Amino acid sequence: MNKAKTGRAKVALSKPSEGASGLTGLWRLRRPVIDPAKCTKCHLCWLYCPEGAIARGADGAVWMIYEYCKGCGICSEVCPSKSISLVKEG
Amino acid sequence: MITLKDLPVEEYYLPGNAACSGCASALSTRIALKILGPKTIVVIPACCASVIQGYYPKSPSKVPIMNTAFAATAATASGIVAGLEVKGRKGITVMGWAGDGGTADIGIQALSGAAERNEDFIYICYDNEAYMNTGTQSSSATPRGAKTTTAVMGKGERKKDVPEIMIAHDLPYVATACAAYPLDFAEKVSKAMKLKGLKYIHLLSPCPPGWRFPTEKMVEVGKAAVMTGAWILYEWEGGKYTLTGPSKGLIDKAKRRPLKEYLAMQGRFSKIPEAEVEALQRDVDSKWEAMKKKLGA
Ligand SMILES: Cc1ncc(C[n+]2csc(CCOP(=O)(O)OP(=O)(O)O)c2C)c(N)n1
Ligand code: SF4
Ligand code: SF4
Ligand code: SF4
Ligand SMILES: [Mg+2]
Repeated sequence: MNKAKTGRAKVALSKPSEGASGLTGLWRLRRPVIDPAKCTKCHLCWLYCPEGAIARGADGAVWMIYEYCKGCGICSEVCPSKSISLVKEG
Repeated sequence: MITLKDLPVEEYYLPGNAACSGCASALSTRIALKILGPKTIVVIPACCASVIQGYYPKSPSKVPIMNTAFAATAATASGIVAGLEVKGRKGITVMGWAGDGGTADIGIQALSGAAERNEDFIYICYDNEAYMNTGTQSSSATPRGAKTTTAVMGKGERKKDVPEIMIAHDLPYVATACAAYPLDFAEKVSKAMKLKGLKYIHLLSPCPPGWRFPTEKMVEVGKAAVMTGAWILYEWEGGKYTLTGPSKGLIDKAKRRPLKEYLAMQGRFSKIPEAEVEALQRDVDSKWEAMKKKLGA
């Protein structure tokens, strides 16, 4: 640890940021796609997304943050109305 | 009862972190921090949870994380609690978040010491049942029969019962949870947050690469652990056990799904001999018999 001029010890301090490990959406092999006509706005997909990559609008609508969604497919599995399909990337 | 609507929309653990796709531990960190909120300090030892933070100078966490040595979660948390007290800082929750290796194996002496002193923090062991970030070596929390890179034919010893060890310390609160039931877990974190002293939660965290199942099955696998009775959801408070969530309805063996359904979902139990499956089923049944006695049911 270096002593700065202030006399305070300097420590390696990371700052909170989205994409701390880059655009993790690039990992994705399958893209979850929501059918808004079927979605009941129950938010179970939002609850279960390990990544926190599902956003919620004021009207209750949900959408994927594709920059970071890793394509795990959990949202599609937990959706009670089968509104999320997984589409092959690339 | 905590419902989905009670969870804040704000994320305290941000997307774009380095967790594997489908990681139950990452999901549970997200959920725990939604309950604990911004006035939280997290302590993490060497484990997946330290790796998934990525590299300096960025972090996915909106709350401060102190990364510490593999054995030192409970010692570091004790130090932070003491520091906050000396500085007169009130209303800050300290949470240790450690893997099963860092809890059941190398960290247990620090944890037992902190438990004896009844230090004021929450300790959550996310149990993915092996040393995952170093390549799936067995820990004492790996279940019997599971294949790891250090037990290629399947582990011979039984899983260590850490929650029971913590109960023996007579703590204010001990609970088990499973990442597939985030609201049950949230409820327990919320309860722990309101109590003083050391609160211990043991969270089963299905791990797609380590347990060898497809990422999208994480919730299904976690639910199967509970519905087959392999993992029991309960709380222990003031000497009393209470079953929670779906485990409440599983005292009667006929209500539990056969264990082999849970095993069949995971590559780590592939080609497990039938006699071994039966032995594991007997283990589950006797764990439930013991639980019945503890419940006085
Ligand atoms: C004293 C010491 N020994 C070994 C290691 C290497 N190491 C880092 S994490 C780890 C395994 C962690 O396993 P666990 O606590 O179960 O967490 P997981 O990786 O499964 O999330 C090991 C062996 C270390 N960091 N320090
Ligand atoms: S596929 Fe996985 S990471 Fe992507 S939105 Fe669905 S649950 Fe989240
Ligand atoms: S789980 Fe399905 S129905 Fe519920 S909000 Fe998500 S997409 Fe809509
Ligand atoms: S190895 Fe398992 S516990 Fe570790 S980050 Fe990957 S999914 Fe999560
Ligand atoms: Mg582990």
